[in-house]
Amino acid sequence: MSTNSFPLRSRLRTVTDHAVTGLTILATVVVVTPLVAIFAYLVYKGASSLNLAFFTQIPKPVGVAGGGMANAIVGSAILLAIASAIGVPIGIGGGVFLAEFGRGTKLANAVRFTADVLNGVPSIVMGLAIYALIVIPQKHFSALSGGVALGIMMIPTVCRTTEEMLMMVPHAVREAALGLGVPNWRSVLSITVKTASPGIITGCMLAFARVAGETAPLLFTALGNDFWSSSLNQPIAALPLQIYVYALSPYDDWHRLAWAGSLVLIVLIVLAVSLVRYVTSRGVLKGAS
Amino acid sequence: MGVGIEVTNLNAWYGANHTLQDINLNIPANHATALIGPSGCGKSTFVRCLNRMHETNPIARVTGSVRIGDLDIYAEAKPVEIRRRVGMVFQRPNPFPTMSIYDNVAAGLKLNGYKNRRSLDEIVENSLKNSALWDEVKDDLKKKSGASLSGGQQQRLCIARALAVDPEVLLMDEPASALDPVSTSKIEDLIFQLKAQYTIVIVTHNMQQAARVAEKTGFFLNGRMVEFDSTHKIFTNPSDKRTEDYITGRFG
Repeated sequence: MSTNSFPLRSRLRTVTDHAVTGLTILATVVVVTPLVAIFAYLVYKGASSLNLAFFTQIPKPVGVAGGGMANAIVGSAILLAIASAIGVPIGIGGGVFLAEFGRGTKLANAVRFTADVLNGVPSIVMGLAIYALIVIPQKHFSALSGGVALGIMMIPTVCRTTEEMLMMVPHAVREAALGLGVPNWRSVLSITVKTASPGIITGCMLAFARVAGETAPLLFTALGNDFWSSSLNQPIAALPLQIYVYALSPYDDWHRLAWAGSLVLIVLIVLAVSLVRYVTSRGVLKGAS
Repeated sequence: MGVGIEVTNLNAWYGANHTLQDINLNIPANHATALIGPSGCGKSTFVRCLNRMHETNPIARVTGSVRIGDLDIYAEAKPVEIRRRVGMVFQRPNPFPTMSIYDNVAAGLKLNGYKNRRSLDEIVENSLKNSALWDEVKDDLKKKSGASLSGGQQQRLCIARALAVDPEVLLMDEPASALDPVSTSKIEDLIFQLKAQYTIVIVTHNMQQAARVAEKTGFFLNGRMVEFDSTHKIFTNPSDKRTEDYITGRFG
């Protein structure tokens, strides 16, 4: 090797270093741009239609000025509460089973496969399934059926992320608990799940944010409602449904409300996710990994 | 107080692998006993048989008997009961990362349903004092995570955690092998103090360490116990040629 090949290689390395750094920055920009663009466009189109009435009134008939989506905001909250009450416990339970109790068993493999298939089921098909299973026997549309449809859609995401996060907990931590004479089930619940909880919460939030914007599963289940309703047995309004109906309408003031509704939907999702993150991160100790 | 351990015809397998063969051994109460031998000779498997930790591996199997005090741990007790009486410190410090220092020490009691807060405070303090960590952590007990301590402190935290459930025996599987010399000497001082109250079994790769802390030493080779005697005799005048070859550094 000649003596001056070293500075040459060193220069090449510097160039490569800068090039790769530049590429990663570019990739970041490419990822963030659509998000920022969508949000900016929503603010541009929707913010002007936002006022107090939007959050306090129910929709008005075409041609009547004003009106809001208060019932849809509350309806979405109810639907998502039902969905989370179904999706989060079943999903976490399934994930704990896959990672801790059923590891390597045939049942676990079947559950994992089913969860992956369920994850790939188009949301409109989920709506149809719940229509057949709940709406037809009940003979009417209902908030409950909509919540169930969204809840089932949450299960696979929550289940698989829970499993992945539990698998990442070091074996040494489990051994430490067992070595203290802690029964296995207790060690799983109090040590392993607790250690993995930040990741599990992220999984739940991902699933929540995903179903919060779903329209298709609600079309034949929650149906939508132009009036106040908080009964689980009655059709209920939801923001995505309201946006869908208003955006497809031929009226300009409904279009404006649809933009405002989209903006509110996104902001509410961001707020809900941030709130959960804030609440669950309180009390985290200095230096905890 | 510590109790003695009586091992009779102990055999252990991992799958088809016969990792321990016909081990017979009496470990005296309130002494430190060191187990030495080359990697893979079965000493770690052996200590894991003393608190039935090897059973956490589904392919493991054991025959023979182990008596701890007057309890036959394979015939007369459940694994969780034994593990409360026989504490364990692992090779790598493994504090619970999401718990505070206090909760780490209290974990064994809390997770087993112990609720008396005032005496819990006392137990935590005593355990940390016994593991020579109290002065370094007493101001951050509930503020800092166990994972924020240095490696040597973490290992002493793990010792405190094991002591808090008030065991009779303390198993230490290479407790200092991941630590620097200063931390190692602290752990060794600790073993010296602890053997007044507990029976200690320590696995080590470091023969000087065995010579420093233990009264009795056992030499393991290929899943068998070659020789078990007073530490002084093992290191100055071993009866078996293989022991002599190992301690003089001819292999291993």
